Amino acid sequence: MTGKLVLENLKNRPLRSLLSILLIGVPVTLILTLVGLTQGMLSEAQNRQRGAGADIVIRGSTVQAVTSTSTTTIPARMVDKVQEQPHVKLAMGVINDRVELILGLTGLDMAKFNRMTGGFKFDAGGPLQGPDDILVDRLYAEQNHLHIGQTIKLINHDWRVAGVIEPGKLARLAVRLATLQDLDAATGKVAQIYVQADDPANIDLVAGELQRLLPNFKVNTMAEITAMYNVDQIPAIKPFTVVVAAIGVVIGITVVWLSMYMVVLQRTREIGILKALGASKTFILGIILIEAAMLGVGGTILGIVFSYGAQWLIRTLVPASFQMAIAYGWWPRVAAVTLAAAILGALYPGLSAARQDPIEALAYE
Amino acid sequence: MNNGAIIETRDLRKVYRIGQVDVQALRGVDLTVQPGEFLSIVGPSGSGKSTLFHIIGGLTPPTAGEVSVGGQNLAALSDAGRTRIRRRTVGFVFQKFNLLPNLTARDNIAVARHIAGLGSKPDAQFDEVLRLLGIAGRLDHKPSALSGGEQQRIAIARAIVNRPAILLADEPTGNLDTENSNAVLEVLRDLNRRLGQTVLMITHNPEAAAFGHSTVHMRDGRIVDRTTTNG
Repeated sequence: MTGKLVLENLKNRPLRSLLSILLIGVPVTLILTLVGLTQGMLSEAQNRQRGAGADIVIRGSTVQAVTSTSTTTIPARMVDKVQEQPHVKLAMGVINDRVELILGLTGLDMAKFNRMTGGFKFDAGGPLQGPDDILVDRLYAEQNHLHIGQTIKLINHDWRVAGVIEPGKLARLAVRLATLQDLDAATGKVAQIYVQADDPANIDLVAGELQRLLPNFKVNTMAEITAMYNVDQIPAIKPFTVVVAAIGVVIGITVVWLSMYMVVLQRTREIGILKALGASKTFILGIILIEAAMLGVGGTILGIVFSYGAQWLIRTLVPASFQMAIAYGWWPRVAAVTLAAAILGALYPGLSAARQDPIEALAYE
Repeated sequence: MNNGAIIETRDLRKVYRIGQVDVQALRGVDLTVQPGEFLSIVGPSGSGKSTLFHIIGGLTPPTAGEVSVGGQNLAALSDAGRTRIRRRTVGFVFQKFNLLPNLTARDNIAVARHIAGLGSKPDAQFDEVLRLLGIAGRLDHKPSALSGGEQQRIAIARAIVNRPAILLADEPTGNLDTENSNAVLEVLRDLNRRLGQTVLMITHNPEAAAFGHSTVHMRDGRIVDRTTTNG
């Protein structure tokens, strides 16, 4: 009966109910989108690292996080030195430039890259021909409406689109290593060295030897590198998510508070009737809290639905710039936080309703 | 203080504080109501009828004096204790019907049982009461789809669904035309005669008051007269 009472109350004011659910749902969408973007982009970067076919990655000593492009501090001759080490099948130096927030341009030694990965798969065009050629992945080509032979300007340099590649192999925008070294005034240097061992059984052995050989550089196995692709390893992402979640909670509490405060005002007489029928303070508080909880549940469901919408929008409008995953693992967390916020927001109006004098409430017009 | 009476008040006083002013709503009311009695309470506005009604119904505590309802001393009860009285011992019928607008008539009745902890479905004998009230066919309508007379009969059904010892009716015909007023008063009299329901009814209307066994006249917070009518 209590459920029916609450449901009828919600149905009786559909606009208020829907607006409340919408306003609760928006911060839920924000949180799920932010987390989904973080997870999606980390996952995409992780897959690309795996797609490199390397077993070990050597990075510059100044690099902080796994996702940050390390500065070009490794002398290129180190690549040859690494190549000479026992059980090293192949060593390849690369260099990176950032062209968008999370989109990088990678300078590759194409011959070694092809040996290490089996080469790019082309959707259109073909390999790099001239020094100013560039390969772009399918998503970037679609987002920017690029075609083979077109000239694009990146890092203040004109590039000719030579090929459109399938994403998933280390680079999303690939150019010749020497060209990028020249443009970055980093001739003779690389940012990372990707190393392939002669046998998977020797990966740890090789990694250990390389770390001893290059004590001032960071040497990690690919397994370690890919494991670093989680939120905890990305500076500022976790606090940023917490801040957005906190803002969402504040919005949720405020929306529910205002909504339920209006409910209590509008239903003063009905509260008086229930009290005249012998409803206890707990019963009155209960129906207000249950109603708020139902708004919270509705807002959570709407927020989840909207997160699918956000994913569709991102895939449609900016597939190359952002990748968004559906953060299933966050649904229970977001639901719990939203419910808590809804109940917290309804507490004061609910207590006010419970404390109402039945005679005054019955006289309310 | 109990001589078989279902309601008994002695030197009952109630003072309201409105702003800085104390308003004496009841100035020593002595009243005895026997089980099965149909008592009408009449008097001008401000005479204290409603205050007496609210105290007997457990909606507000008295300032002083004694009040026993169904053998329980209301003056000694806490807010929670008075809430329990409202669940099972008294049933209210109001001038403005006071049905919950979002619920059907059936659910308005069911909610009273739910609050009293009796489940939502009335017992089988209650069907007879619904037939007596003439509302058996209107139970699936919301109040907005019911006439004033029908709403008031639903309100009566809700008030007695938990078989309270006392039915308190505050101007039950105040918002009804003559035809519906008579129908509601007949229902109250029927309930009193057939089921032995004790009824206290506040009214301004002498014709309505005549439906009771006796009439109490109030003025300035006191009972000034009690007359027996044909009922």
